[in-house]
Amino acid sequence: MSVKAFKLALAAVGGLALSSPVVMAQGQNEQFIPLLSYRTGAYAVNGIPWANGVSDYFNLLNERDGGINGVKIAFEECETGYATDKGVECYERLKGKGATGAAFFNPLSTGITFALTEKTLADKIPIITMGYGRADSKNGAVFAWNFPFLGTYWSAADIAMQHVAKEMGGEDKLKGKKIALVFHDSPYGKEPIPTLQVLAKKYGFTLMELPVTHPGVEQKSTWLQIRQNRPDYVLLWGWGVMNGTSVKEAAAVAYPRDKVIGVWWSGAEPDVLPAGDQAIGYKALTLGQSGAGEFAVHAALKQHVYAKNKGIAKDDFAQVLYNRGMINAMLGVEGIRKAMTRYGNKPLTGEQIRWGLENLDLPAERIKELGFEGMLTPVKITCNDHEGARSARVQQWDGKQWKMISDMYTARQEYTEPLVKEISSKYAEEKKITARDCSKPE
Amino acid sequence: MQELGSFLEVLISGLLAGVLYSLVALGFVLIFKASGVFNFAQGAMVLLAGLALVRALDFLTRLGFPGWLAIMLGFVFAALVMALCAFLVQRYVLGPLINQNALTMFMATIGATFVIEGVAQFVFGSEVYPLRLFPTDAWIAAEATFPGGILINKLDVWGGVIAGLLVIALALFFQYTKTGRALRAVADDHAAAQSVGIPIDWIWFVVWLVAGLVALVAAAIWGTKLGVQFSITFLALKALPVLIIGGFTSVPGAIIGGLIVGAGEKVAEVYLGPFIGGGIEYWFAYVLALAVLMVRPQGLYGEKIIERI
Repeated sequence: MSVKAFKLALAAVGGLALSSPVVMAQGQNEQFIPLLSYRTGAYAVNGIPWANGVSDYFNLLNERDGGINGVKIAFEECETGYATDKGVECYERLKGKGATGAAFFNPLSTGITFALTEKTLADKIPIITMGYGRADSKNGAVFAWNFPFLGTYWSAADIAMQHVAKEMGGEDKLKGKKIALVFHDSPYGKEPIPTLQVLAKKYGFTLMELPVTHPGVEQKSTWLQIRQNRPDYVLLWGWGVMNGTSVKEAAAVAYPRDKVIGVWWSGAEPDVLPAGDQAIGYKALTLGQSGAGEFAVHAALKQHVYAKNKGIAKDDFAQVLYNRGMINAMLGVEGIRKAMTRYGNKPLTGEQIRWGLENLDLPAERIKELGFEGMLTPVKITCNDHEGARSARVQQWDGKQWKMISDMYTARQEYTEPLVKEISSKYAEEKKITARDCSKPE
Repeated sequence: MQELGSFLEVLISGLLAGVLYSLVALGFVLIFKASGVFNFAQGAMVLLAGLALVRALDFLTRLGFPGWLAIMLGFVFAALVMALCAFLVQRYVLGPLINQNALTMFMATIGATFVIEGVAQFVFGSEVYPLRLFPTDAWIAAEATFPGGILINKLDVWGGVIAGLLVIALALFFQYTKTGRALRAVADDHAAAQSVGIPIDWIWFVVWLVAGLVALVAAAIWGTKLGVQFSITFLALKALPVLIIGGFTSVPGAIIGGLIVGAGEKVAEVYLGPFIGGGIEYWFAYVLALAVLMVRPQGLYGEKIIERI
């Protein structure tokens, strides 16, 4: 073929591709979902399994069901490195992508969530922050676009203290005790403090606040303070390398590991494996009903994704953060599915999906149908309650795996709700947002 | 008495932690001393060395090699990887830049950092790999004198001993070997050193190799402490104030700088931190460094630079 003929052929193929109704139809019948992830940097060890879970679940739906009600999912990862500036860059790059723009964002970073909260409001794109983000965004009347599904840090703090009280023999035993909070010195790590201060006042315990600077590779002075002050319990609010280092430093100062309780972001396999036997006895909250393990959805993944060599997880398959990524993806997808009942089976805008997320109702039967039975409790989102569920259990590392050691706790809204009201109202006042009237149907 | 015991505990822990920072700082000093280049890639070299060591150890252990042999072979493999890294950096990054100004060289090492980090994780993986080469439990000393005693971490003591031996070995190398003296000549002036017959390519390879081996030692200690993972590269940031205080050209300065930074930041965090919200140790090290810069810009042990105009 001559060069000229080759160029002509190339132009013809290009022209066909541009004008082909199949290509157009395919492009227009896709729901675009951005995936902000971090597979590099200090927090990659936690970011990778989570992103793998999200990605595998989207692939499962495309392979098994042809997408969501026939609408294929198109997703694109953008590397944030857990850095707020990069997260905002990813948001700006991907928000308008796809036939209808981004369905929702899910940055897996409280810092990025804080930065995006006002942007998503202006761009009318929901932001899902399952188990993280701004705790006051539970109030959907003010934070219409934020969805902190399954539990805020205020719920987590209350649940952790419920477990401490139970181990001590009752809430009255908290009086005069000392509880230390070792936290990542970032918006994420600081989130539980208001709730813990409320609980400290209510139950009469002393709260020691011990910040650890990013990334948390050096914590000796923190743990020396713990050795010297001997708190009765330590609550750990870490992420990435900070978690494993905390567990090791606890061992180095001979602080009993079974008196350290991590939040659900401090209770995955990469947080304990580096510490080896030193991590035995360490406890952490689960987000929802379970942490690691295989359930019905994993069998579907093996059949429809991994059998075709399209899965991307390795050792992290069915680990804590992988499963959490899948739950996260499922909740977003079910929000889209709900929105389709109102707007039709086609790619939807962020605004339409926001309605779906706000009316999401997943009873136990539906969770079972989806293959997630045993992984999470029923979820019901309303205008007033963007959290939808606020339950957790406590798991303990036995040196090889996480073992459940408690029944389900539910966060007590009598302690968290006044804070939600107070702080979200302040935010609304500051940003001149008129709270929606949730009694009126939308 | 308990207060004094607590203070001594914080101070000793800080001094020992400082020695661990010095281990990373030594790699910077070696390359700066021998080539006048601030090697931004030193943190990445610690990561590369650590990953090569731990992955080789895992592989050999799975093959059934006895522990001591797996460790020896693991170190040999990691040393070879660092030698390859030194060769490639010299051949393709610094070699073509001989006689360029220091800023150009510095920028080249920034590029090398990202390449080394990326290749290391691509080849050896990006998970957290546990490494257990040294004991990580602690001694409780002087229990009879101070209630609760003084806690001393065994890993930190190992780090101190190894750093001490390294300093002695490096001091002897620079003072008493032909290559060591040639390294110092190259540092003063690349072109002049070349003109008197010093093979600059070879010298730079040697110095990057030695810095790579120092990085391997640092990785062995810090990998035991943290697990080998990407975050180990952040140690470079801990080494920076050490260098500013001790001076970029002094091996003993790196140790003294480490001691000052370690003790200063720990004492500040424990005794000053609670009054200003805590979490100050990271930036407090830089406060110390700035204070030294104002008084002695070349660092406590650095060479005073006099340039003719």
